[in-house]
Amino acid sequence: MSAISFPEPALAQQADEHAAPRAARRWYRQPALATGLVLLAVIVIAAAAAPLLTPYNPIKQNLGASLLGPSAHHLLGTDQTGRDTFARLLYGLRNDLRIAFIAVLAPFCIGTILGSIAGYFGGWVDTVLMRLVDVVVAFPFYVLIIALVFVLGPGERSIYIAITLVGWVSYARIIRGEILVAKRQDYVVAARSGGLSPIRIIGRHLLPNVITQAFIYAMSDIVQDILAIVTLGYFGLGVPPPIPDLGSMINDGQNFLTTHWQLTTFPGLAVVLVGLSLSLIGDGLADVLRPGHS
Amino acid sequence: MTGQPATPMLDVRDLHVQIAARNGTVRAVDGVSLGVASGEALGLVGESGSGKSMTLRAILGVLPPEATITSGQVLLDGVDLVPLSNSDLNRIRGPKISMIFQEPMSALNPVMRVGDQIAEGPRIHLGYGKAKAAERAQELMRRVGIPDPERRFRAFPHEFSGGMRQRVMIAIALSCDPEIILCDEPTTALDVTIQDQILRLLARLCTESAVSLIFVTHDLPVVAQICQRVAVMYGGQLVETGDVRDVLLNPRHPYTLGLVKSAPDVDYVRESLVPIPGSPPSLVTPPSGCRFHPRCSFVEEDCKVLPTPLRELSGGRATACLHYERAEEAVAADRAASADRGWS
Repeated sequence: MSAISFPEPALAQQADEHAAPRAARRWYRQPALATGLVLLAVIVIAAAAAPLLTPYNPIKQNLGASLLGPSAHHLLGTDQTGRDTFARLLYGLRNDLRIAFIAVLAPFCIGTILGSIAGYFGGWVDTVLMRLVDVVVAFPFYVLIIALVFVLGPGERSIYIAITLVGWVSYARIIRGEILVAKRQDYVVAARSGGLSPIRIIGRHLLPNVITQAFIYAMSDIVQDILAIVTLGYFGLGVPPPIPDLGSMINDGQNFLTTHWQLTTFPGLAVVLVGLSLSLIGDGLADVLRPGHS
Repeated sequence: MTGQPATPMLDVRDLHVQIAARNGTVRAVDGVSLGVASGEALGLVGESGSGKSMTLRAILGVLPPEATITSGQVLLDGVDLVPLSNSDLNRIRGPKISMIFQEPMSALNPVMRVGDQIAEGPRIHLGYGKAKAAERAQELMRRVGIPDPERRFRAFPHEFSGGMRQRVMIAIALSCDPEIILCDEPTTALDVTIQDQILRLLARLCTESAVSLIFVTHDLPVVAQICQRVAVMYGGQLVETGDVRDVLLNPRHPYTLGLVKSAPDVDYVRESLVPIPGSPPSLVTPPSGCRFHPRCSFVEEDCKVLPTPLRELSGGRATACLHYERAEEAVAADRAASADRGWS
């Protein structure tokens, strides 16, 4: 399919030992990873440089210029209160990306810590933590997020709390599984034989060997979080109204879909591109960091 | 017990280890008693699954989660290690006992620089600072014969050959100046020339720093090369102990005799390798009486019912065989037969 990835039987033979460093050097040869990184870089730069790319304030209304079509002044036209759609798109991306990247940190850390404790120590600690995980997993992700944000009240803080409460379980499961396998490896027994404390063994010997899996999952988790943030915005449970957000833009523009399709289409397209770029990065990372699993 | 040094530094008494398995309880180690004096090297030999490695791991308290020590004592300088908590044990593992593993690749952390792995012990147990621990690691690398330690210090395990990795393992084991090193088949994964280098290195380090060794292996020539005493394990029990030359040249147990006959290169005169018939016993439902009786060519009726504890013989030896004279006679007969053919 792709012209770039030739099979390399001679290299694959001796891949096991040396694959990791060599693959790391060739990351740019992975078409998925390279495409994803470039795409994400463009989106992130555009979002970060929003004030340079558009002269308009995304919040300031101009009722005299509402629902204009695309023009040289307003690249994507204006919405019903006369705000520039392109400006709102960039600032909306900026908010949603920021929230998503921050939101993924807490579940990543909490899940990794609890997962490694459960996996390493086993016994009742493991049983209690994993039953808790089962309870959370029993609910569909979006249903639980929406319900939690509904209870906590709309806003950025509620989004962080909801995503943390729901998101940590996946990391805990992944890390626990990896640690269950890794802790039987000789180097862990060797570390125990050297009189190292469990905390040191987990932190210095186990996690560096298994954290990759959590990183790869985090890429798809960010996609899920962005979708959740957009969905919440669409339902009016996200960041409160004047602040630009892709979800609320899609909802607001829906009423004008037949006449001003650009109001919903471009925010929707932005969500798709963000999701696509992160998924490509996740896939590419998985190939690069897990040789032999491809 | 005869065959044991007067004041053993490490004294294992009647050790029992059981493993919970799906088809029942495996009695992996069933009443093993060992003593190792300061500066002595003890060989622990036996087939795969005879409980050698489990004995070592029980001594260190690093058994897999499904295995437990059900009874017995592990006395190190008079202190019983079995009832100690994990954090108490962590003050002993490293500075007093350490272990060398069979597979030097899998026993090293693949994502940690070897220098850091060697320096980790001194930093924790000896309270060394970063620079001093690094210096110590480079000194150890020099001692175990790793060339260019200043540069190799920063390398990862996959950049080393098998022999060099095993040297790193030895450096880690030595890093806190232990009194005893448990070696779990440290040369099995290496090719013969490297094996010889590593054995010489271990033997030299032992005499240099008066470290004791327990050397687990199924390779009799290796035992003959490095150990002063040997203990033979079968089915989770000791069947024969004694001085290395005595035991390997004049076995007093049919199982030891079988091992010697099935091993190449032992200083025992015979015309070809003779395998031991049958397979190792199930340790879930071990045979009654002597555990070796189903495979023994000298078996008698009482072997099938009577318990077979180690019995002391002259010359600091002990055997579990009820009819050990048979083994003795077989050795003499073999020797006479080969003398007739003009060997030896």
